[in-house]
Amino acid sequence: MALELKNVAKKVGADVHIHPTNLSFEPGSFNVLLGTTLAGKTTLMQMMAGLEKPTSGEVWFNGSDVTGIAVQKRNVSMVYQQFINYPNMSVFDNIASPLRVAGLPGDEIRKRVGEMAEMMRISAMLERRPSELSGGQQQRTAMARALVKDSDLILLDEPLANLDFKLREEMRDELPRLFAERNCVVVYATTEPTEALLLGGQTAAMHEGRVVDFGPTALIYRHPSSLTSAMVFSEPPINLARAAVKSGRVMLNEGVSWPAHKGLAEGAYTIGIRPHHVSPMRRTSASVVIAGKVKVAELTGSESIIHFHAHDYPWVSLSHGVHPFDTGQDAEFYADVSKCFYFDADGRLVEPASAGKAA
Amino acid sequence: MARITLKNLKHAYMENPASDADWALKELNLDWDDGGAYALLGPSGCGKTTLLNLISGLLTPSHGSILFDGEDVTGLPPEQRKIAQVFQFPVVYDTMTVYDNLAFPLRNRGVDETTVDKRVREVAEMNDLTATLDNRASGLTADGKQKISLGRGLVRTDVNAILFDEPLTVIDPHLKFQLRSKLKELHTRVPNTMIYVTHDQTEAITFADKVVVMNVGEVVQVGTPKELFEEPHHTFVGHFIGSPGMNVLACEVNNGHAYIAGKQIATTNRADARPGKSEIGVRPEFVTFSSEGLAARVVKVSDAGRFSIVEADCVAGRVRLLVEEGGAIPPDSTHLAFDPEATRIYTDGWLAGRAVGS
Repeated sequence: MALELKNVAKKVGADVHIHPTNLSFEPGSFNVLLGTTLAGKTTLMQMMAGLEKPTSGEVWFNGSDVTGIAVQKRNVSMVYQQFINYPNMSVFDNIASPLRVAGLPGDEIRKRVGEMAEMMRISAMLERRPSELSGGQQQRTAMARALVKDSDLILLDEPLANLDFKLREEMRDELPRLFAERNCVVVYATTEPTEALLLGGQTAAMHEGRVVDFGPTALIYRHPSSLTSAMVFSEPPINLARAAVKSGRVMLNEGVSWPAHKGLAEGAYTIGIRPHHVSPMRRTSASVVIAGKVKVAELTGSESIIHFHAHDYPWVSLSHGVHPFDTGQDAEFYADVSKCFYFDADGRLVEPASAGKAA
Repeated sequence: MARITLKNLKHAYMENPASDADWALKELNLDWDDGGAYALLGPSGCGKTTLLNLISGLLTPSHGSILFDGEDVTGLPPEQRKIAQVFQFPVVYDTMTVYDNLAFPLRNRGVDETTVDKRVREVAEMNDLTATLDNRASGLTADGKQKISLGRGLVRTDVNAILFDEPLTVIDPHLKFQLRSKLKELHTRVPNTMIYVTHDQTEAITFADKVVVMNVGEVVQVGTPKELFEEPHHTFVGHFIGSPGMNVLACEVNNGHAYIAGKQIATTNRADARPGKSEIGVRPEFVTFSSEGLAARVVKVSDAGRFSIVEADCVAGRVRLLVEEGGAIPPDSTHLAFDPEATRIYTDGWLAGRAVGS
């Protein structure tokens, strides 16, 4: 069951919510929409589901145009950030409801609900009302209902956002397994880069109503095609600075420079380097010293996140171990420039070359 | 600003609590230094919000007392406790300007306008709000509004403590990261006693000097982030702090030493005479692939970007370990080694060789 968006766009009055977008999701694929609040993730999903009609463009499902077809007539399941359950029904009846609508026999319903509850670890709660459950259990009930029928398309809109940190970690671990055996298209929206990485599959990075990158999740993370994509896909935020390439060297400013790759033409660039490649200790020979003034040091017990100011830019260093610094302290950090991204004046990735990317 | 003491404090929401489970907050004794940054960390329903409400005066404890600088405030209503509070959802007056929002708590208490102006400008500067002081609050984004809430929490100079109740939960990750460090930076500049309630371990351990870890109404461990990471006193702490959490594996004990499938596992502590379920705890950060050790099979690799989370099955169950980006991961069968300095024996969940609950 493949889903295709062909030049799908959404305008509300004069406001463009989604710019013309082309995306193709394969049968059995797990797809992540990654972006901040208001990036357009929910609007795009609602158009996929048939809850919203695109202003222009077409939605195709399994070879046919479904653009005008209402959500009720399509085999779609959706899970929202806010858990939605029927408050006056038991957990069992909540999960069973789509199967009853589909007219399945009682035995089959009991079997399927039982299996789904087992998978979601809510077997002991089946007789209770949703209000008697914890937030995590309520969300698992909502998910069980969405997954219990064999939908062609399953849309999950930040389903874990309202859950406790640890529960989120557990469910994130289990989720891909739930879909592994199915041939449906799964689309999962999140604001968190780490969540996208751990879920795997493919990722569409979104920013201000546009899909700015699309491909296998790990590839998009390591070869973002643009500055915007790199910013969407970095947590903590990627360090950015202006630099010039001149006479075979990258110049951050007069004091800080390093040899440029052969393919890198002379000119102005924006460099991007993720915080875990900036360390308070020298780790590789490719390290370049960045001297700065510490704003604040966050020590987690296993890692140190140091915010500092250098060369007119805010920087963040993320490293293993406990490295205490005082606010206002002058300190040296080591940037592993072999891990640096170079973006041209239009924000396109120049180096490292993004060869082999399936965008 | 005040030193906060909780003495034999416990609370139940029902009239006559009988069993242990009836207490929403089990008996607790704590001493918080003046000007410290503390976090209350635990899952939903662990009692952390109950504790926060007891401190602010929204709840009166069933038992025990609360002291600010040695003075008993247990019977005082919230408004007499001089507590500033910042909530999960920004509480901002949309029709007012940012300036008036920040000034509100001071004007409300009849502070003169010269002092109000001075304080509002100081706090605005600290929160990067100076440029928007004359704007109406209604046009701001969620994080912009939460910055005002933080600012309002900081603007009074007469408070005993500032309480934060999940203040970053509704904020996007990028902005959460900025606000989190902003708050930490503010604490270095305004040394107020700050108490931060959260279920998010990252927020707790990056913000606080000391973290109070709670589970089912009970304080499980109080420690610095480093102590909680390096020496969890309970397997719950090991699990709850760290992502992924500590590996906990069933083991046998003989003569104080731990064994898995007949193989001795070197640990920093010895099992004590207490009877109970014996387990080994070791964090994923301290497990490595090795040519000897526990035989294991790699079953799953999750790419988290700067590292991979590898899951391997051994005779005692599933073990998670971290491998740095680009590090080698054996294709299938392998052995796992545990760093003896970071491997501990737990009895019925509690770190062996220590008094339970200490």
